[in-house]
Amino acid sequence: MSTTASNTNASGGGRSRGPAPAGERLADWADGRLGIYSLAKSNMRKIFPDHWSFMLGEVCLYSFIIIILTGVYLTLFFHPSMNEVVYHGSYVPLQGQLMSEAFNSTLHISFEVRGGLLIRQIHHWAALIFLAGMFVHMMRVFFTGAFRKPREVNWLFGFLLFVLGMFTGFTGYSLPDDLLSGTGVRFMEGAILSVPIVGTYLSFFLFGGQFPGHDFVARFYSIHILLLPGIMLGLLVAHLILVFYHKHTQFAGPGKTNNNVVGMPLLPVYMAKAGGFFFLVFGVIAAIAAIAQINPIWAIGPYRPDQVSTGAQPDWYMGFSEGLIRVMPGWEINFWGHTLVLGVFIPLIIFPLVLVAIAVYPFIEAWVTGDRREHHILDRPRNAPTRTAFGAAWISWYFVLLIGGGNDLWATHFHLSINAITWFVRISFFVVPVITFVVTKRVCLGLQRRDKDKVLHGRESGIIKRLPHGEFIEVHEPLSQEQLYTLTAHEQYEPVELGPTVDENGVERKIKGSQKLRAKLSNAYYGEDNQIQKPTVEEYREITSGHGHH
Amino acid sequence: MSSQDIPEENLPAEQAAEHGHGAVSLADEKHPFADPGLPPHEHRIQDVDERAAKRSERTVALLFTISMLATIGFIASYVGIPHDKSIFVFPLGHINALNFALGITLGVALFAIGAGAVHWARTLMSDAEVADERHPIEAPPEVRAKVHADFKQGAKESAIGRRKLIRNTMFGALTLVPLSGVMLLRDLGPLPHSSLRHTLWAKGKRLVNMNTNLPLRPEDVAVGSLTFAKPDGLEETNESFQEEIAKAALMIVRLQPENIKDKRELDWSHQGIVAYSKICTHVGCPISLYEQQTHHVLCPCHQSTFDLSDGARVIFGPAGHALPQLRIGVDSEGYLQALGDFEEPVGPAFWERG
Amino acid sequence: MKKLSARRRHPLAAVVVLLLALAATGGLYTAFAPASKAKADDTAQSLTIEEGKKLYEVGCASCHGTGGQGTTDGPSLVGVGAAAVDFQVGTGRMPAQQPGAQVPRKRVIYNQAQIDQLAAYIASLGAGPAVPTKNQYSPEGADVAKGGELFRTNCAQCHNFTGKGGALTHGKFAPELTGVSPKHIYEAMQTGPQNMPSFPDTTMTEKNKKDIIAYLNAVNGDETENPGGLELGGLGPVSEGLFAWIFGLGALIAVAVWVAARTAKAKKS
Repeated sequence: MSTTASNTNASGGGRSRGPAPAGERLADWADGRLGIYSLAKSNMRKIFPDHWSFMLGEVCLYSFIIIILTGVYLTLFFHPSMNEVVYHGSYVPLQGQLMSEAFNSTLHISFEVRGGLLIRQIHHWAALIFLAGMFVHMMRVFFTGAFRKPREVNWLFGFLLFVLGMFTGFTGYSLPDDLLSGTGVRFMEGAILSVPIVGTYLSFFLFGGQFPGHDFVARFYSIHILLLPGIMLGLLVAHLILVFYHKHTQFAGPGKTNNNVVGMPLLPVYMAKAGGFFFLVFGVIAAIAAIAQINPIWAIGPYRPDQVSTGAQPDWYMGFSEGLIRVMPGWEINFWGHTLVLGVFIPLIIFPLVLVAIAVYPFIEAWVTGDRREHHILDRPRNAPTRTAFGAAWISWYFVLLIGGGNDLWATHFHLSINAITWFVRISFFVVPVITFVVTKRVCLGLQRRDKDKVLHGRESGIIKRLPHGEFIEVHEPLSQEQLYTLTAHEQYEPVELGPTVDENGVERKIKGSQKLRAKLSNAYYGEDNQIQKPTVEEYREITSGHGHH
Repeated sequence: MSSQDIPEENLPAEQAAEHGHGAVSLADEKHPFADPGLPPHEHRIQDVDERAAKRSERTVALLFTISMLATIGFIASYVGIPHDKSIFVFPLGHINALNFALGITLGVALFAIGAGAVHWARTLMSDAEVADERHPIEAPPEVRAKVHADFKQGAKESAIGRRKLIRNTMFGALTLVPLSGVMLLRDLGPLPHSSLRHTLWAKGKRLVNMNTNLPLRPEDVAVGSLTFAKPDGLEETNESFQEEIAKAALMIVRLQPENIKDKRELDWSHQGIVAYSKICTHVGCPISLYEQQTHHVLCPCHQSTFDLSDGARVIFGPAGHALPQLRIGVDSEGYLQALGDFEEPVGPAFWERG
Repeated sequence: MKKLSARRRHPLAAVVVLLLALAATGGLYTAFAPASKAKADDTAQSLTIEEGKKLYEVGCASCHGTGGQGTTDGPSLVGVGAAAVDFQVGTGRMPAQQPGAQVPRKRVIYNQAQIDQLAAYIASLGAGPAVPTKNQYSPEGADVAKGGELFRTNCAQCHNFTGKGGALTHGKFAPELTGVSPKHIYEAMQTGPQNMPSFPDTTMTEKNKKDIIAYLNAVNGDETENPGGLELGGLGPVSEGLFAWIFGLGALIAVAVWVAARTAKAKKS
């Protein structure tokens, strides 16, 4: 190992005598082969800003790691087979029942493998939290405008992770071949059958013949443990590389500009905080798996296509699609010996559209603003009223559908009629997003006005003073320079002007439809009534020098 | 972006003194107030008081120790607690002792490591904020020009633009080659043919009670009762039981003949006994939430509601057509029998259904 | 008061006020929500042989007619049998309190002796199923696993996998089966109360019913074990999803706030 020796000598030149410590020698060895020092140079002391909402992505990353660890353990015991066997395990109420090997082995994991139930529950709880974490993380990125240039691609990577996570979850939920998940798979078969022209073929290819067949568990298994997680792992790595490469965004504040990032270095603070957070997330999920039961398949029973239970729902992340399918009217068109199953096919089409609506938003906003600069300072949601209103409307849309997906449980628990809830959701599907949009925009503008008042008049202190002539006034405290700067740091766009309709020669200019649309949208975003102009220097000077605070 | 500052005279007096960076034109009104810069670093208690720092150190060490103890507890639970032992824990109820013990010890062991590391970072590692410069993601113009030139050079040397025959045949080959992969998917399953149109029901097949596995007689079925049936000869142990029952499952109710509004339904019934497919025409859930007073049957999955007294037509929900009815009669020995297969496909609608 | 007025403008004041308001609304709701107490009929009468008829005339005849022939307010009771009476009155459903989508289970206002008298009177109006004997409904010696299969075929579609109940059309519902006595379960299957279909012995044998009762007892009894921990209502993915959001993600966000928060400074600025 002469190379190692010479390397050590070369790099350890400053040392007077004796060999370098073992760790340093190992690092030198690795650097000679992998070039790790060049990589570490810019990354070891990389700066990360502190904010709780910046850790939502970490919740997702760590729950994904937990899912992979526990999932690998489960594969050691799970048999992805639909061969029928007779149950002879320790759970008495299923003794002697016919069930698939998949269901049988899941019972075995739950009742006979020590700690198997715990790992199963950690796996499932972590999956629900993974998806919930991605949803909230995505909303954080959305409402703060963190998706703007240069992060649009990373937004798409994140979105794809969310969608793939949904399908990975769904395939995993179907593996035990229990009565609940089997009902979900049956729904999927019905949805595939509704696809015009090729529906029956797709269904027969997926299930290896007629439903349920003997293949889908094994097929879903390889999709669940290999195909989808493999793609997700690749996207995840790309997502993280881009986070490192772009450096993290930050909220406006004193000393924080678009050209810097203020926070703590990766080594040691974030190494400890982020590393520690992994253990915290794992610890919390393990504790939840110890105290709360999830998917008790033994109580649900093995799948049979002629049996069902009320309250048949998918896991929460598929709930909005369940809502779509439940509230859709039963439209069906028959013509020339064919059937167009609109009652199922339309929800099947709207399902991806709901997701795509939020995914493409960043590109629409970029087109409207025409802004090609990089943005590293986050917006406060109130300062982007139209975006915030759109996001809130989208969330309300999503939640209306979630309500629709659980309409039977809302009915029994709030003593309502299931038909009334269905109608409520049908109407709300169109009405609630509009109302939410309008209300949210108003609230944002109100908050902008309040900020402006604060800057100009100071913060209301709550101290009431009586003036000599008897008038009561509330004392306003002036804001500090830091606060004044922070409250006015955001940028405001001007609405796009179309320009004159005729050119200098009096000839009518051709204005493309897309340009007109862009001008309209731009006005809706940044027109006079759609954002509150920031206080100007003149306004501030006039008020502070003119009369006292009141 | 350096023109964020505003004229000194526009700033409050005391701040202007600190932050005056020279006057810039008023035209830039983007940032009316100057950036005061990072606030000075303040020390934590641990930075100035060594005893507090010692306390933090002890807390972190204690957390790591708790983790070690919890791991020992995990191993002890694994070895010591029988896997089928049930205990009562308030407010969780009767739960499995091993699952609870393993989960809590594992949770504590992990959480304590995390809490220790974070407490260490928060109280003992430097909390001075540092600013790092950002650099534009975009390459500088000269790099951009170089890359473009290199690409053009490479493309030129390959002559892909000039030798169109090579280019076109290459595209052709690359387009065709994935077709082999698509072909290989063909054997994923058989073609549907007419299998979705037929069930096990046929003329003369007796209706066998799912509960007792015995053929049903008309007198067994009372008004207001609900019975499920399968075709005679289909047993749970059959290789294709799941596929067959997925189509053949039958729901039998008895109505007063005068309550039956639909003429065909009456014709296909036997003394008011009607037999309908149990498989919902929406997406195939086994529909069987029968309300005996209203004669409505509800699907538990998506709430399609059918009126069994009126040809099982859809009265609510997302299903697109009525439940198929099975024509029934009585055989020579007095048992209920089918008078043929369903006249239309059962279950979810599909393109070829017609 | 000065402190209060100073804190009134605190950024968190709005949150505190909102929480207080929510708590107050909840409290008011519980205070004013219709109490589901049935007014005890304290016209307890002395017990004699013909008590049944007298009880009927006082408690039931206004809806079901003086001879049990039925009126527009209540169905005929001729031929419903003693089992139906024992179920309806024994679970407190009858006498009904108010018209609605469905008559719910409530506090029982007759004692068992009175119920038996009522049942005897109704049974005398026309033949119907008799009250089952202990031997018929006792879960002892039954096949629990077969009961499970029967339950999933016949019952779970309305009452859920383990009998937690579910929704029917227009506000009707299949009630939760927790804490319902084996006798009443047996009677319900036999007589088909309200909109529930009946499962007579001809299509669901006595043994089948026993198996079902044994299964219910095993998965929804007092001693039923939920190995994994909290049952979360036994309602499936909806309650699990809510739990994951509120306690799972909620706890993790609380932890994240702690991780990212500034450490206390030596002197307050």
